[in-house]
Amino acid sequence: MNVKDIASLINAKVVSGQNGLDKEVTGAYTSDLLSNVMANIEENQIWITLQTHKNIIAIASLKDIAAIILVQDLLPSEECAEQSNIEGIPILSTSLNAYQISGKLFEILKNNA
Amino acid sequence: MTAMQLKFHIEGGNFTKAGFASSEVKKYLRKINISNETIKRIVIAMYEAEVNVVAHAYEGEILVNIDSKKVDISVIDKGPGIEDIELAMKEGFSTASQKVREMGFGAGMGLSNIKRNANEFIIKSQPGEGTSLNIIVYLNNVN
Repeated sequence: MNVKDIASLINAKVVSGQNGLDKEVTGAYTSDLLSNVMANIEENQIWITLQTHKNIIAIASLKDIAAIILVQDLLPSEECAEQSNIEGIPILSTSLNAYQISGKLFEILKNNA
Repeated sequence: MTAMQLKFHIEGGNFTKAGFASSEVKKYLRKINISNETIKRIVIAMYEAEVNVVAHAYEGEILVNIDSKKVDISVIDKGPGIEDIELAMKEGFSTASQKVREMGFGAGMGLSNIKRNANEFIIKSQPGEGTSLNIIVYLNNVN
């Protein structure tokens, strides 16, 4: 399943990084502490967070993350969205909170990873 | 493999550039076919060290020496230094500012992330002058 399939299944808005929507997704990880994400997220996973600054793209790129989902209708900062376009790492935005979207993605991906 | 040195200057307080040096090193390691598992460890350790300079120091230098056996990363900063290294190494301990914490940095996990991913790790500090790290990761599983 790729990022585009997931975006439509969870009814999330694709904010930036459209050129990375074909990336395959194997799982997801939810955390707002950047060191915790650096240490624990695996490549090709989706990162669920409320952080919206540019550094999330640096981490996503270093860890080969498939996409980032921002919770509760948050939007990336302008320079974050710009960097997401440059690196081809999609940022999605959902109205759900971290608990709700994590549960949904778990159901979608549990037999996939 | 011929030995290679990469050198970076890190600006304290400039978060928009944090991760650039780590990203350059990752690209280079990919190019010379270092295994994915080893690259992951180096990238985690180096990113944490880079962010520490940005978050705490005035400026710093990162020197990355790569040969056929190891990646040797020296991170030398000019900054406030660390009074109690043992305490700083404790997971959860942090002196980061409120602003830095709100960004999701400064959770007190950086130094332990570095230690966990390095084969050798030395940290030295002179309070009021700066901190230097030496991080070595062995390349025993070159592809």
